Amino acid sequence: MNRRLSSPATRRAVLAAAGGACLALTVRPAAATPAALTLAIRKVVGEADVKPGKVQIELPPLVENGNTVAMSVSVDSPMTPKDHVKAIHVFTEKNPQPNIISVQLGPRAGRASISTRIRLADTQKVVAICELSDGTFWSHSVDVIITLGACLEDNLI
Amino acid sequence: MARTLINVPPKAKRGEIITIKTLISHIMETGFRHSNVGVRIPRDIIDTFVCTYNGEEIFRATLYPAIAANPFITFHTVATESGTIAFKWTGDKGFSATESVKITVE
Amino acid sequence: MTPRWRRSPYILLLTTLLAGLWLSARAEIPLNERRSSYADMSRDSKAMQDDDTSNPGMLAVLDGEALWKTKAGAADRACADCHGDARASMKGVAARYPAFEATLGRPVNLEQRINICRAQRQNAQPFAYESKDMLALSAFVAMQSRGEPIAPPDDPRLRSFRDNGRSLFTSRQGQLNLSCSQCHDDNWGKSLAGNTVTQGHPTGYPIYRLEWQSLGSLQRRLRNCMIGMRAETYTYGAPEYVDMELYLMWRARGMTLETPAVRP
Repeated sequence: MNRRLSSPATRRAVLAAAGGACLALTVRPAAATPAALTLAIRKVVGEADVKPGKVQIELPPLVENGNTVAMSVSVDSPMTPKDHVKAIHVFTEKNPQPNIISVQLGPRAGRASISTRIRLADTQKVVAICELSDGTFWSHSVDVIITLGACLEDNLI
Repeated sequence: MARTLINVPPKAKRGEIITIKTLISHIMETGFRHSNVGVRIPRDIIDTFVCTYNGEEIFRATLYPAIAANPFITFHTVATESGTIAFKWTGDKGFSATESVKITVE
Repeated sequence: MTPRWRRSPYILLLTTLLAGLWLSARAEIPLNERRSSYADMSRDSKAMQDDDTSNPGMLAVLDGEALWKTKAGAADRACADCHGDARASMKGVAARYPAFEATLGRPVNLEQRINICRAQRQNAQPFAYESKDMLALSAFVAMQSRGEPIAPPDDPRLRSFRDNGRSLFTSRQGQLNLSCSQCHDDNWGKSLAGNTVTQGHPTGYPIYRLEWQSLGSLQRRLRNCMIGMRAETYTYGAPEYVDMELYLMWRARGMTLETPAVRP
């Protein structure tokens, strides 16, 4: 006479655990996720509210090569001792690590605007957060599409 | 020392906002790459860049592996007085590089 | 009576196919339709190349300038000791390389020419291909021809090597059974993997390739192409590469040199 090895509930639990284990094995442990991005932002802003606005990211919408992407971030601010940008922080959603750059500014900057060249691992969102002298935080995010140059060498990546 | 390229206007008017462009030679190894036998290549990046104007800090940046090789950073400052604008890059493996330029402000 | 070739569908098909192939394969790009891959880059990549203080290739040029003045080898001689100011003595040189080297009976490229000087004039060790020093010095020398038209020498001794280069450029190779010409002569301007297929002119070597995040020579780029085609690459310095360089520079004759260029 056939005897079921387990009740339906236990079978479901075993299958779920197996499925979960498979998922855990396929997810790369070092990859950033939206959760890592949120955590990285929280580390910088603490419990403060982050409102959209004031800061502006300039990134090409379609990028030829994710290894070197020109990026500018600017904040519309008079940069006076009473009203200026204290810091700008930039983050990514899908790079192995969520931070890109953090800069400290002040009224001596004259203009709250920086440019640099960054690496983007995949088509994703880039987020910039600025901290003003009055303690408020403002953000802006853009979506970037990454393609890759053709005819690559067998390189290390 | 690593090669650097700095672009600062040699002359400026008092109160004028000037643009400073800096470029330094550095591999910025992310620490996420693997060799072709699967060994992880350790991180080797510049992590801090500081600019001072006659000794006073006017700009500071914390860099992460997401900054492309040969870091290029452009920023601004108000030309307050004649003197020296100095730059310092520091990073992994005790990396350190400095450069300075003179500016005349009238 | 219908001619025999019209009666057989297979012969008709073959004739049409051959006619189609003959018509579609443009041999070479007409001279006035040629353009540098600079034109196919994004606005930001162009900006990176145009500004000497943002072009990472210029870091290598500065290193090369220092090497130019550094005494080297058992002869304790710097390039500057024989060649003086590179701005004058090296102007136009990169634009006419590869050139025939009588002692070897074949053409050599700029990197090989530098190594010949190092061995014979400086009694110094040759630079390794793609080494930091080799790239820096060749970038510095080639930059002295920036803005000059590419001017391959009209030397009859080069003819057979150039023809070999052309033959390598137009022959199918690799697992994909593709020739360079099929993309760069026949399909330039179209898209491949999200990028525009360029005409493949060597107008700015050594280049700062964004993919490499460093400077590299034309040979390195040709190796990338061959790997992309799943073909076996030659070793650095192989005569096949020099012959291809020779042909490519001839194919780009008259175009302006942009060294050090930035490319994706």
